[in-house]
Amino acid sequence: MLSIEGVTVSFGAQRAVDDVDLRLDDGHVLAVLGPSGSGKSSLLRAVAGLEPLRAGRVSWDGHDLAGTPTHQRGFALMFQDGQLFDHLTVAGNVGYALRLRGLGRAAARSRVGELLELVGLAGYGDRLPRTLSGGERQRVALARSLAAEPRLLLLDEPLSALDAELRVRLAADLRQILRESGTTALLVTHDQEEAFAVADRLAVMRAGAVVQQGTTEEVWAAPVDAATALFLGYSRVLTGAAAAVVLAAAGLPPADAVAVRRSALTAGGSGGLLASVVAVRATPDEVRLVVDVDGVGEADAVGAPGWLPAPGDAVELRVDAARLAVLTPGASP
Amino acid sequence: MRRVAGLLALAAVPTGVLAVFFLLPVSGMLQRGVWPDGSFDLGGIAEVLGQERTRKVVWFTVWTSTVSTVASVAMGLPAAYVLHRLALPLRGVVRAALLVPFVLPTVVVGIAIRQLVGPSGPLGFLGLDGTPAAIVMGLVFFNVAVVIRTVGTAWEALDRRPAEAASALGASPLQVLRTVTLPALRPAIVSAAAVVFLFCATGFGVVLMLGGTRYSSVETEIYLLTTGAITGSVEYQAAAALSLLQIAAVVVMLLIAARLRAVPDPTVRRLRAPAARPRAHDVPALVATGVVLLAIAAPILTLLAGSLRQDGHWTLTYYRALQGSGQDAGASGMGGGLLRVPVSEALGNSLRIAVDATWMALLLGLLVSIVVTRRAHSRTEASVRNAFDGLFMLPLGVSAVTLGFGFLITLDDPPLDLRSSPLLVPIAQALVALPLVVRVLVPVLQSIDDRQRQAAASLGAGPLRSLMTVEVPVLWRPLLAAAGFAFAVSLGEFGATSFIVRAQVPTLPVVIYRLIGSPGTLNYGTAMAASVVLAAATALVVLAVERLRVPGVGVL
Repeated sequence: MLSIEGVTVSFGAQRAVDDVDLRLDDGHVLAVLGPSGSGKSSLLRAVAGLEPLRAGRVSWDGHDLAGTPTHQRGFALMFQDGQLFDHLTVAGNVGYALRLRGLGRAAARSRVGELLELVGLAGYGDRLPRTLSGGERQRVALARSLAAEPRLLLLDEPLSALDAELRVRLAADLRQILRESGTTALLVTHDQEEAFAVADRLAVMRAGAVVQQGTTEEVWAAPVDAATALFLGYSRVLTGAAAAVVLAAAGLPPADAVAVRRSALTAGGSGGLLASVVAVRATPDEVRLVVDVDGVGEADAVGAPGWLPAPGDAVELRVDAARLAVLTPGASP
Repeated sequence: MRRVAGLLALAAVPTGVLAVFFLLPVSGMLQRGVWPDGSFDLGGIAEVLGQERTRKVVWFTVWTSTVSTVASVAMGLPAAYVLHRLALPLRGVVRAALLVPFVLPTVVVGIAIRQLVGPSGPLGFLGLDGTPAAIVMGLVFFNVAVVIRTVGTAWEALDRRPAEAASALGASPLQVLRTVTLPALRPAIVSAAAVVFLFCATGFGVVLMLGGTRYSSVETEIYLLTTGAITGSVEYQAAAALSLLQIAAVVVMLLIAARLRAVPDPTVRRLRAPAARPRAHDVPALVATGVVLLAIAAPILTLLAGSLRQDGHWTLTYYRALQGSGQDAGASGMGGGLLRVPVSEALGNSLRIAVDATWMALLLGLLVSIVVTRRAHSRTEASVRNAFDGLFMLPLGVSAVTLGFGFLITLDDPPLDLRSSPLLVPIAQALVALPLVVRVLVPVLQSIDDRQRQAAASLGAGPLRSLMTVEVPVLWRPLLAAAGFAFAVSLGEFGATSFIVRAQVPTLPVVIYRLIGSPGTLNYGTAMAASVVLAAATALVVLAVERLRVPGVGVL
């Protein structure tokens, strides 16, 4: 079990990580989600022992790691761009940790074969890293990390360097591989979809501090404040009278603020809210609208594909209560 | 067509100079050996190569160069790490100071080592004077800096994340060094070792001054043979045989180095890592670096002290003697006339010649670099250009002695009777410095993206305007740096100069060598004082260059 207590990392006068507490139980995958510059990578490097702590402690099963150098922590680190050893073949890379442990040649070869199969790259052993695509390189990096049989796998934006389609596919693979191997993992990313796809627990980080943590579902359903909600993919945060109107239309009790996903408002049927269309953009899956809602102001809405209103048209909106998140003021830690 | 014509015109000047002042002399020298009496005769060559003395000389060259190279690399690696990777106070100053041994005139190194290990020197008790160990010390002294600089520059640019990844996979610092860092540094280490071996194997001044006629390398043997110092008569054939052997060996060695340097993936990811604070596991490297720095400082300090002491007193006598022209064996006091001119005048000669050699080397080097780095439009053009590039690296592999002697025997007949021309010495020195100039300028010109020129042209800039906008801003610093190196090389050049210098216009290294070869403590002391002056002049130039902060200087 990893525990991070009061950890602070600073570069000169600037605090990259400021008094962070986190816990990660064995077998779980925790994603630290934050925009770039939020200090999440510094936190990861501090856990790996690559960045000295200004304050606080990182411990494993209650044992403080302050005096333990990186190579004795048993925490394998997977970089954003893989950092494969270019002078070694794929098999050489994957078998690196096995050779360090003095595993016999035959045993190492068969283990490397298993791992390459696990990441879907059977038969790639003799290739050189530079001949691989970005996705293949990340798979090799993952296999190399798993070969170390780490107590904890640290993943630094493992999929960010890949294109969108590949990212989705690899995220699903990554989750499955981590589950199957029962690996405890700490993932940092700025991409909420990557975090949701891979992790079962989520910590949101902003300006060096953790602002919210919980299971992915909890965090997703109840963001702690407006900024977190926007970062998690909610399209707008409505306050005051506007919030009251939308909540009433959804059949919910009134609140000070509500975060609204784009898909929370559906146009083109019959519903509680009246609006006029401001802008229209068609996508293959849906029609995306910007609407001016009576008593609310500008908001986003979606419509069924094929239906194409013109700016100025009057529409009716239905509100989906499951896609709203009520924000409680003063709840932030 | 106009483009090709323009390039050919640019290439014509350096090619012409190289043909007349390099290829002609060297082939003239070799011809004396291979066609001794106007008929082709390889038997003489074979006979020379089979002789006992030749075998001894070759073996001596190989083993001293190998030992010196291994020692230089072993001593240079920890220092390269410490001085280029760790955040230490005065690191910049130390790095700059380390450039000095690299360009120190070989006669100065020779006299400094002699002063250190001589009977009255601080290391005199070891009894190393006149042994091969002293020669190895001298060779290591000025080659460690090459290793530190070449490997250090590569180390500094090394991405530290692969090492971190290995560390996170469970590799200890030593294992990270062995499995990740050293493989990544291999090209730099092999380059450095190859260059050091080349310098050691063709090292002239150090071996001549510390070995005399007793211990001779191929290079000094060529000198001794052509000056008739061994049997009393000039032995062209033997000298030519050794020159041929040397050229062949150098070519083979460069090919081997190119092979060793080849790595599975040659692309290097450049990422300047910030210097790290020293940690506990850096202590051995720090200690080793301290020892290396001490070993480099010791000969220089001993030389300085020696030049200031006479009969146990501190004195400036030897510096005052620089006004004189040496002490003749028979005469007493100053001005006996061992040399035809005062030592101070020789310094003036050296400086004047160095200025000439510098502009010549720069002009030629710039032309060669521009021709070599223009983007080739066809495969033939590319290979012609590669050959051109290789042609101008030749002076690196051909011994300066061969070149100097070739000058002597080929440029003395009309229409090329240049033996009394004051430009002969600067031309020879410029050719010796040329590879260095080209190696400084080519990487810079190569780093200019061709699209920058295209962008300038598309905005309406003509060729000259585009040159001023794109090339000149990035090139002026490296040009100055190259000028500094050419100047320093010229100041210290001894091998070629010793043949062609006119007796009434000697250079400082030639004067130092002559003073050392003459009896009398005043002569020896004056030689030390002159060496200090020469070293100081060279150091000043090189430290000024270092302030320009041109990356990659010293990576040949």
